[in-house]
Amino acid sequence: MTAPTPTAAKPTVQKDRSMAMQKAMVDGNYARLARAEAERRKVAYTFVPGNINELLMCFDLVVNYPEINAIQNGMRKKSGRYIMEAEKAGHSEDVCTYVKADIGMMLKGNIGPNDERLPNPDVLMLSYTGCFTFMKWFELLRHHYKCETTMLHVPYEGGSGFSKNSRDYVVKQLKETVIPTLERVSGVKFDIDRLREYLKESQKAEENWVWVLESAKHKPSPIDSYFGAIYYISPIFTAFRGTPTATEYYAELRKEVEQRIANGQGPITPEGEMKNEKYRLVVEGPPNYTSFRDFWKMFYDEGAVIVASSYAKVGGTYDFGFRHDPDHPLESVAEYCLNCYTNHNLPERVRMLETYVNEYQADGLLINSIKSCNSFAAGQLMMMKEVQKRTGKPGAFIETDLVDPRYFSPANVKNRLESYFQMIDQKRRATAA
Amino acid sequence: MTTTKEIIDRCEKLYEDMDFTAARAWKEAAPGRHVIGYMPIYVPREIIHAAGMLPLGILGGGDQLEVIHGDAYYQSYICRIPRSTIELAVSGKLDFTDGMLFPSICDVIRNLSGMWQLMMSDKYARYFDVPQNYQDDVGGVYYTQELHELKEDLEKISGRKITNEDLRKSIAVYNENRRLIKDLYELRRKAPWKVPTTEVYLLLRAGMVLPVEEHSQMLKDYIEAASTEDRPLRDNCRIVIQGMFCEQPPLNLIKSIELAGCYIVGDDFMMVTRWLTEDVPLDGDPLENLSQAFLHHSENVSAKYVDREEDKGIYLVDLVKKNGGEGVIFTSPSFCDPALLDRPLLQDVLKAHGVPYIAFKYAENSGQMQPIREQAGTFADSIKLWSEQ
Repeated sequence: MTAPTPTAAKPTVQKDRSMAMQKAMVDGNYARLARAEAERRKVAYTFVPGNINELLMCFDLVVNYPEINAIQNGMRKKSGRYIMEAEKAGHSEDVCTYVKADIGMMLKGNIGPNDERLPNPDVLMLSYTGCFTFMKWFELLRHHYKCETTMLHVPYEGGSGFSKNSRDYVVKQLKETVIPTLERVSGVKFDIDRLREYLKESQKAEENWVWVLESAKHKPSPIDSYFGAIYYISPIFTAFRGTPTATEYYAELRKEVEQRIANGQGPITPEGEMKNEKYRLVVEGPPNYTSFRDFWKMFYDEGAVIVASSYAKVGGTYDFGFRHDPDHPLESVAEYCLNCYTNHNLPERVRMLETYVNEYQADGLLINSIKSCNSFAAGQLMMMKEVQKRTGKPGAFIETDLVDPRYFSPANVKNRLESYFQMIDQKRRATAA
Repeated sequence: MTTTKEIIDRCEKLYEDMDFTAARAWKEAAPGRHVIGYMPIYVPREIIHAAGMLPLGILGGGDQLEVIHGDAYYQSYICRIPRSTIELAVSGKLDFTDGMLFPSICDVIRNLSGMWQLMMSDKYARYFDVPQNYQDDVGGVYYTQELHELKEDLEKISGRKITNEDLRKSIAVYNENRRLIKDLYELRRKAPWKVPTTEVYLLLRAGMVLPVEEHSQMLKDYIEAASTEDRPLRDNCRIVIQGMFCEQPPLNLIKSIELAGCYIVGDDFMMVTRWLTEDVPLDGDPLENLSQAFLHHSENVSAKYVDREEDKGIYLVDLVKKNGGEGVIFTSPSFCDPALLDRPLLQDVLKAHGVPYIAFKYAENSGQMQPIREQAGTFADSIKLWSEQ
C-alpha cells in the first residue's frame, strides 16, 4: 500500500481544454440564469434523469437543474449548512440531502453556486423518472414558489425493457400536458422541426460520448469513468444536450482522449496524469461530492481507475445503443426518459454491471451506497453478490452520501478501499498460482 | 352472537401468525389454488380474486419476526419493511405463494420487485405501476392496459381465462367489503369508545390474510357486536394519525397513543381496503370501471402526486373535519421517503387551517413506547387544555 502523502501545499489542479470548455458552459448557464429576470426570459427548473432538454429549448426557456446546484454547492462545501437550514425548517434528517441542500439554499435567498441569485421558476418541469423523491421535491418547491408545475410521469421498467404502453403513455403526456403547458408559460408555439434540429445535435454528441466511454476498454484506460466522468457528463446530462456547443465539446473531448490513447497515457486527475494503472474497477452508485477530491485521491493514489460506472448513465444509457432520433422526435424523447439507468429494474442493472466488468476487463465491482438515494441504493448489496457470482470478480461496499458532509467518513472509506485492493491482489495471486 | 373479544382474539392470532397458516390452509383446501402476495399501498385485488386466487397482503415482519438474513441485503440507512419482507422470503415463510405484486409507492418497494426477480426467478413478481396522470385519455388508457396485462399474467398462472363475469362478481364482493369498512369507520367516528383503533387495526390486518368473503362476515359480526356492547366513555381527545400506510406500526404503538388519552378517529392503515372511495360499477367493461375508479374515486396518501397546489393536503384537513378530529399525529416510519418528504407540506396546510399536530418516528420493531406515550399524552393534554373549540 502507498503510505499516506503528508499534507503539504495544495497541488495545482491540472485541467485539459475540454475541462475548461465544460466549466465555461456551466458558468455560462449560471450567468444566463442570473440575467434571466432582467432579460425577461422564462425559467424552467427540471431534473437530470429523463430530462427533456431539447424540448425545453424549443420554448426558449432558461433551464435550472436543482441537483446540479446541490452538487456544485457540495463541491464548494456549502451544502452542509443548507441541509442544516432545511432540517431546522422541519425537513427530516432521514430524507434526500439533494432536496434539503436545495431547500436550504432557497430559504437563504436562493443564491446559486456562482454567488448570484437564481431566478424563481416560471415552470417546474417535473420529469418523474427513476426516482420517487423528484415528485415530492417539486411539490415542495411548488409550495414555496406557487408557480406552474407540469408532470411527466415516466413508468418504471419493472420487466425486461419498456413496453409500448409505457412509451405511448409518455408521448401522450408530452402532447397533451407538457407541450401545452410549456407553450402557455413561454408564449412560444411548439415547432417540431426545431425539436428535430436539436435532436440531430444530441445524436452527434451522443456518438462521441459513447466513443469516449468505451475508450476505457483500452489498457491503460485514458479516462476515469466515474470521477473524471462527472465533468464529462455535465453537458450531455443538463442544459446543453441538443446544442452545437455540446457537440463541439464532445468532439474536443474525443480528440483529447484519442491523443491520450496514442500516447499510452492514463486519465488526468487533479494532480496530473495517473501513470500507473494497477486496478481497474466498475463503480455502482453516485459519488460523494463534499469530499470529492479526497475521495478520488483514495483511488488514484493506489493506481485505481474506474473503467465504467453506472452513475455516468443516470442521464442516459447511450452505451447500450440508445440515440435520440430526429425522425421520431417525441417517441425518441419518451424512449430516452424510459432508458435512464435508475429507471431500469435490478436484473437489468445487474446485467449492465456484469457487461461492464467483463467487457472493460475490470478487477471487480465497487458499490458506493448513498445514504440519501434509495433509488440507487436499495438492493445494491444483492446486486453486488449477483455480479460477483456471475463474473467471479470480487465486490466491495462502502457507504457515503451525496452532499451531506456528516456522512462521509474518510478513515472508514479509505480502510475499506485498502482492504478491497488487498483482496484483488490476493485474487490475482490465487489465479496466477 | 359473537362478542368483539372473540373476534379480536381471532384477529390477533392471525396478526401474530408469521407462517400465514390461514392462507396456507386456504390453498391446501382444494387443488389448483393459487396465492398472490402484494405489498402496500394499492393493488386491484378484484382481478386476483376473479382468477380464483387469494390476494395475500404482505406487510413486513412487524415486531415479532427476528431479522437474521434480511439485514445482510441492505445498507445502513433504509426503512425496516424491506428487510423483514426479505426475511420472510429467505426463511421460507412465503414459499407457498405463487407470485408477488410490488405496487408503485417508493423506490424501496420498487427495487424490492427486482430483488424478488433475482432471488426467485421461477416465481411471478411484478412491479405494479399506476399512473400519476389522472386524465382519462392519458393515465386512464395507460392504466387500463396495465390492468389487462396483470389479468393476462394471472391467467397464465392459473391456466384459465378470467371472464368479465368473473371480474364483475369479484368487484361486487370487494364493493361489499369496502362498504363494511366504511361502516366500521363510521361507527368509530360516532362512538370511538366502542371501537378502539387497536381493534380496527387488527380487523383490517385480518383482511390481509383471509378470503374477502370471510373477512366481510367478520366485519359484519364485529359491527353488530360493537354496536350493542357497552364500553366506558373516556375524557379523550379525538386525533387523526398519518404516515402508517406502508411499514406497519407495532400494535403497542397504537395502544400507547390510545392509552395516552387519544381516540384515534382517522388513520391511513391498509389503504388497499378502502383506496377506492365509491362502489365500482358492475355494468360495462369491468377493467375500465376499475381504471375509472382509480382515476376519479381514490384516496390520497403521500405516495400520490397532487396536481394542483391548492389541493395539496386538503384530504387531511377534510379527514380531520369529517371525523371531528382535534389534532394530527404524524407517525412515520424512519427513512420513509413518501411520508417524511410530504410531512412539512402537510404540516403547513394543517397550520393554515389551525389544526395542531405533533410528529414522531417509529420502526416496525420499535420496542420502547414510553416516549411515544409521553409525547402523545402531552399533545392530548394540550388539546384539552388550550383548544379554542
